[in-house]
Amino acid sequence: MSNMLETLDSVADPSGSSPTQLPERRSHTSVLRRLLTHPVGLPALVFLVLVILAVIAAPALAPYKPQAVDFSAVLTTPTGKHLLGTDQLGRDVLSRLLYGGQISLEGVAETVLVALGLGFVLGIISGYLGGGVDAVLSRLIEVVMAVPAIVILLMVFSVFNNNEHLAMLTLGVLSAPTIFRVTRGGALTIRHQSYIASAQITGVRSFTIMVRHVVPRIYGPLIVNTSILAGLTLGIQGGLNFIGLGVTPPAPSWGGMVAEAQQSLQEQPWLIVPSGVTTGLVILAFVLLGDALRDVTGERGRGSRVSVGLRAQPEPTIGDYPRSITEPTGIAQAEPLLSVRDLCVAFGSSARLRVVQDVGFDVLPGEAVGIVGESGCGKSVTAWSILGLLASGGQVTSGTALFDGVDIFALSLRERARLRGKQIGFVSQEPMTSLDPCFTVGDQLSELVRTHEKLPRAATRERVIELLTQVGLPDPSDVAKRYPHQISGGMAQRVSIAAALAGRPKLLVADEPTTALDVTVQAEILELLRTLQRERGMAILIITHDLGVVADLCSRAVVMYAGEVVEIGPVQDLVHAPLHPYTKALLASNPAFGKYGEPLPAITGTVPAPAQWPIGCHFADRCAYCIDACTTQPIPLLIPAGQRLARCIRTADLLEGANV
Amino acid sequence: MLVRVIARRVVISVTLLVIIPALTFVIEALTPGNAADFLLGVSATPEQRAALNHQLGLDQPLWVRYLTWMGRFLHGDLGNSLFTGEPVSQGLASWLPVSLSLLIGATLVTVVVGVAIGAASAQHTGGIGRLIDSLSVLGIAVPNFWLAVVLVEVFAVTFRILPATGYVQPQDSLIEWGLSLVLPVVALAFAGVTAVAKQTRDQMKDVLDRDFIRNLRANGVHERSVIYRHALRNASIPIVTVIGQLFVGALAGSVVVENIFVLPGLGSAAVQAATSHDYPVIQGISVYFTLIVIAVNVIVDIAYGWLNPQVRSL
Repeated sequence: MSNMLETLDSVADPSGSSPTQLPERRSHTSVLRRLLTHPVGLPALVFLVLVILAVIAAPALAPYKPQAVDFSAVLTTPTGKHLLGTDQLGRDVLSRLLYGGQISLEGVAETVLVALGLGFVLGIISGYLGGGVDAVLSRLIEVVMAVPAIVILLMVFSVFNNNEHLAMLTLGVLSAPTIFRVTRGGALTIRHQSYIASAQITGVRSFTIMVRHVVPRIYGPLIVNTSILAGLTLGIQGGLNFIGLGVTPPAPSWGGMVAEAQQSLQEQPWLIVPSGVTTGLVILAFVLLGDALRDVTGERGRGSRVSVGLRAQPEPTIGDYPRSITEPTGIAQAEPLLSVRDLCVAFGSSARLRVVQDVGFDVLPGEAVGIVGESGCGKSVTAWSILGLLASGGQVTSGTALFDGVDIFALSLRERARLRGKQIGFVSQEPMTSLDPCFTVGDQLSELVRTHEKLPRAATRERVIELLTQVGLPDPSDVAKRYPHQISGGMAQRVSIAAALAGRPKLLVADEPTTALDVTVQAEILELLRTLQRERGMAILIITHDLGVVADLCSRAVVMYAGEVVEIGPVQDLVHAPLHPYTKALLASNPAFGKYGEPLPAITGTVPAPAQWPIGCHFADRCAYCIDACTTQPIPLLIPAGQRLARCIRTADLLEGANV
Repeated sequence: MLVRVIARRVVISVTLLVIIPALTFVIEALTPGNAADFLLGVSATPEQRAALNHQLGLDQPLWVRYLTWMGRFLHGDLGNSLFTGEPVSQGLASWLPVSLSLLIGATLVTVVVGVAIGAASAQHTGGIGRLIDSLSVLGIAVPNFWLAVVLVEVFAVTFRILPATGYVQPQDSLIEWGLSLVLPVVALAFAGVTAVAKQTRDQMKDVLDRDFIRNLRANGVHERSVIYRHALRNASIPIVTVIGQLFVGALAGSVVVENIFVLPGLGSAAVQAATSHDYPVIQGISVYFTLIVIAVNVIVDIAYGWLNPQVRSL
């Protein structure tokens, strides 16, 4: 039984680890206030309070004595005299429910109070003293958790002549581990914090400090667990009473009344309803109250709904300006492999929060293009929208993306899925989390190979080895046998690239492929990408915050800032003479372009969140070249020079080097 | 790491096997009267009591009795029932298969149905998800004893398609054995199914948000494989732990369910022994329950290691 409780504990905390981040202290009154406005919490609380009050007031409220027999009205359905009917001895069901509730709820209180008291005190001691005491107590609790509680309970019933109270107190002891773990976790977290140390210096007694500081911390999880424990206890107790343990008939108990109802089920099916439904509803109320408390105390952890700040977003007035001139016309040396136009991506209900706005660029066959910008500029969202893998809540609201002349956004989900891997491969940022930890490298690659081409087993294996060789892994058959946690980050990134190559794609989308790697490994991976591009004629769209990477690998760069393309051009031109102040700032802050011995200026300020995008130039408030005209109207992409585009009205001044 | 996991499990198991019988001895010693009172009734003479106590070894100090019991237990002897005089181990041998049928059946239903519902619903956020969430609450709220009574009423009494109570030995009739277990298994598994479905759903949703899932999709792995091969395999690691805990929790439920359906298993025997103060039987059953818990924990540990290569290879 205690293990049953344990289950719920882990339901509450899916990570399973006890000393996780505990919620910050919240005032008790605000918890209560929020509980009183909670759509589920309020009814559950009101119901429980009413039941408890009614049960306490049973002698005053009950119309009959619980054992008053009336053979003139046996097994009746609800009547005016007997609101919930009568049982086989003509006893009033409502009265028996009220009196029986005294025993049931008293038992729940006994269990919960013992579990709470014992678990809390031991938890504080364990968390506060730590070391050996903590180790011993934790082991002991682990053993208690493995004790089949029912055995001990039966023993207690047997020896103490069916004594309900002792059994419920015992159940409390056996339920203490849940509370212990919550308390210990809280105590451990704050044990080393400085205010505890300073309180000790000022001479407050340490145990008092612990209690005073731990309680507000674990207040949330503690009441959540207590509420659920109460619900479970009621269920267990009902079961025991049902089989005649704990409460001896004719004394009423909720579980016992279900048993009595069972005996007369043929004659009067109604009888099963009041006792069963009452028990069920009270359990339900406890559990739902626990859930509600979890909501209002912020004890929700990872299960929480991600709330995107949906504030009013200024509607860009596109009106008089050309919507987007994204690529200079008439320069296309070849038909582009990928051609994105007017791409808008929005998140939130009814797509209210636009995060990518009018983005357009081309990738020619075999060309390497870099999308560059700080985090939060919409680079990855752009890539994922092309792959059709936007996080839930995101959608492409307008635009086209022609791949080999076909608009990806117009395809069905199934057709788009067929494109992935086979036409467009993908490599992500974190190599260590980008492989499935449960399968070997070989398994994962085999699956991909088989997904894309039907090969016999041996040929599949050969292809896997070929892929691993292609990405420059020295001992491919050894790597194939390993699990992701057994290889280094650099190797994992090579494996990820091999996975992306499995379907022989024409375009490889690489989202920050080197960011998480050591500098030397970064260079190796870039070299690998360059080789693949050159030898296989594969186009690469690389997404990065590092202009140095783009300069190293790409022929053209697309600079994005706050959801918009701000500059596009051949990398060499862009690096030597940036046409947008943001590009210039990115260059200046990048060690790859800095002059030896000179300080690297960081760009002051941060990228504005989508909800805060200004009407005018998005970069205006961080820009040294900003003038009034920059902030009053949307800035279009202009063509200040040959094959280049920039979303800036001060390009000329920028080129002259004039600073306002 | 695997060695440490096993070592820890062994320590806990041995501790349990030492502590639980000891607890039963201590609790028994707390009782004001003793077995002789119950066996001989109040009219017995002091001499008769003393003779019986001596015969049962109850005149020995507690620790001597415990050590004697332990010594015999290690040789497979759990003493004799105070009432029938039969060896406890003999009774256990007949009760255990019944309880295991019920527990394993309920666990299978819990795992298969719960995981299937949870996995299939993992991608759906709307109505189905909310249904699973409410069902999981319902699973806790509907008391199993009440559900059992209703099931019997509906399927055995009204529609007469399943037996109401009783147990058929599998060697007598495999089909009737199965039928006799249907209602008990459903009553016992109901709460577990809803809990596992919700756990699976939550875990799957969690896994489906991880990087490697997006990479698999981005590189063309079929959605079915993404869900049922990759996501489910990763989600199964914490689910196994939950299932182990549910199994142990189901022991308490099985005692109630066995009594309702009159199944001659450990649970029915335990309640009977408890009401008749047959301590050797209770001690024997508690040892068996403990062994079941230990076995389940070992299975969970093994499954955990098998599912999680990071534990296996270290």
